[in-house]
Amino acid sequence: MTALDERSKYLRRLIVDALKGGGRGHLGSSMSMVEVLRVLYDSVLRYRADDPGWAGRDRFVLSKGHGCLALYAILADKGFFPMEELLGFCRPTSRLGGHPERGKVPGVEASTGALGHGLPIGVGMAAGLRMRRSDARVVVLTGDGEINEGSNWEAAMSASKHRLANLTVMVDYNKLQSYGPTREVLDLEPLVDKWRAFGFATTEVDGHDVAAVERVLRAVPLDGDRPTAIVCHTVKGRGFPFAEGNPDWHHKSGLTEADIAQMYACLA
Amino acid sequence: MRKTALDCVHELATIDERVVFVGSDLGPGVLAKMRAEFPERWYMEGVSEQHIVGMAAGLAMEGFVPYVNTIATFLTRRCYEQVAVDLCIHDLPVRLIANGGGGVYAPLGPTHLAIEDIAIMRALPNMTVVAPCDADEMRRFMHRTLEWPHPIYIRLAKGGDRVVSDASRGFEIGRSIRMRDGGDGLFVTTGVMTQVALEAAAALDAEGVRVAVRHVHTVKPLDVEGILGDVARVPAVVTVEEGIVNGGLGSAVLEACSTEAPAELAKVGRIGIPDAFPSQYGSQQSLLAHWGITAESLADAMRARRRAAGAR
Repeated sequence: MTALDERSKYLRRLIVDALKGGGRGHLGSSMSMVEVLRVLYDSVLRYRADDPGWAGRDRFVLSKGHGCLALYAILADKGFFPMEELLGFCRPTSRLGGHPERGKVPGVEASTGALGHGLPIGVGMAAGLRMRRSDARVVVLTGDGEINEGSNWEAAMSASKHRLANLTVMVDYNKLQSYGPTREVLDLEPLVDKWRAFGFATTEVDGHDVAAVERVLRAVPLDGDRPTAIVCHTVKGRGFPFAEGNPDWHHKSGLTEADIAQMYACLA
Repeated sequence: MRKTALDCVHELATIDERVVFVGSDLGPGVLAKMRAEFPERWYMEGVSEQHIVGMAAGLAMEGFVPYVNTIATFLTRRCYEQVAVDLCIHDLPVRLIANGGGGVYAPLGPTHLAIEDIAIMRALPNMTVVAPCDADEMRRFMHRTLEWPHPIYIRLAKGGDRVVSDASRGFEIGRSIRMRDGGDGLFVTTGVMTQVALEAAAALDAEGVRVAVRHVHTVKPLDVEGILGDVARVPAVVTVEEGIVNGGLGSAVLEACSTEAPAELAKVGRIGIPDAFPSQYGSQQSLLAHWGITAESLADAMRARRRAAGAR
């Protein structure tokens, strides 16, 4: 496994800031997708942080809404809202809740948290953009446990039927859902074949390898006549040895000062 | 009524390019003319109600006004979370056109009978719930839907319903309509129960009892002012709906009384589908009779309410 570079550590520190502020959060689920979001926002998606509703923007839908800490970190880093707001995570009057909300958080395209909603919404967005002759693209990031939900596969059939080449689904395949390994809870394999069978152009990538993720995303659409599915192999809790691959760190509440200190120490 | 609603979707599509139709797996030829004229704005997505509601939300986020159509039970029960999260939390202008409200699909049994649709749709913040009484009213209503900024649940009846509405009374979403005057009692109705109540009121005329009928096409937001204004003028009130009594129109009227006019509560009785899944097949008419929702039982209920109130 490649070491995290300074930018990846910096973004993780922002997440820990929010965890500290809220005293809780989906640590494991956020840490597995930091590099994917970093590449999307650093070098792939078109957006204007000072005009989040700009019609020409690419739409990014975080379907696994429980991973919102990683999204909040990159949005704050890009200036969608002030960095200090991260410290208010989950506080009563904060805009930043335990799941992201459209209309509240600048840059958030859909209120998610209930699983299996992002891809159907993304299909509607992609179909709408095509009707408007827009060249904006839609990227939906799902979890792996999330795609237990049948609604994803309904939407996949629809995306394929409509040949929505402007739609990309990325799966944060950290192979650990809330209870335990996806292989044991509800096995997704053969996952790449599944997406291919549903009519997607597919590939897989090490979701923590920044250069590799960028290479793959720059090649999207993989097929000009089909939607794209990218299975991102990731590690839940990446960057924190005590949390990596440990389902106990899917979500934590009651985080102590010692917990937080331990997290910062991992990122030193 | 269904044909009119769908014809209106096509009409609206011709005047507003935001209008999109999304069906699940409807009968052959549904909106064929719209499909021919606007192929890009006509979708038939298959038996996938969770997906089509989410997809409609995505289309609405891109500025479209989607009209989604399938059988009422599948558009409510199957995708309740999508309706709640994708449509209501986002407060998007998606229109759910629900075929077969109440007992319409009587021969098909309880999986197809939308008995609690009004109750569960009414429970959702931001949702608007409308049940027109006939095809003419459906047309007036549909032309109001373009600019309504919230999600709407549209309950269809069987079709071929006797036309009792009148353009001269106007139509505004959220404003109920007094269909008939009378100071001796009041029926508060929604959907095609308005016709049944008008029949009951006519029968009571013969006894010298003049009963008003207030048609509440919009169950949510409820026209509290209009309804309570009529309630105040009569000694007895009976609410009538082709839906389960827990949580529907009658409940909404009682809630309004409880909040705004508690002294009126004792006047109000409710007629609707009892709290049980239907155990019979047959026809809509036979089910309504089984449930005690007929002009005769409405008249009986009104007589009983009037007696209880000490009226003669």
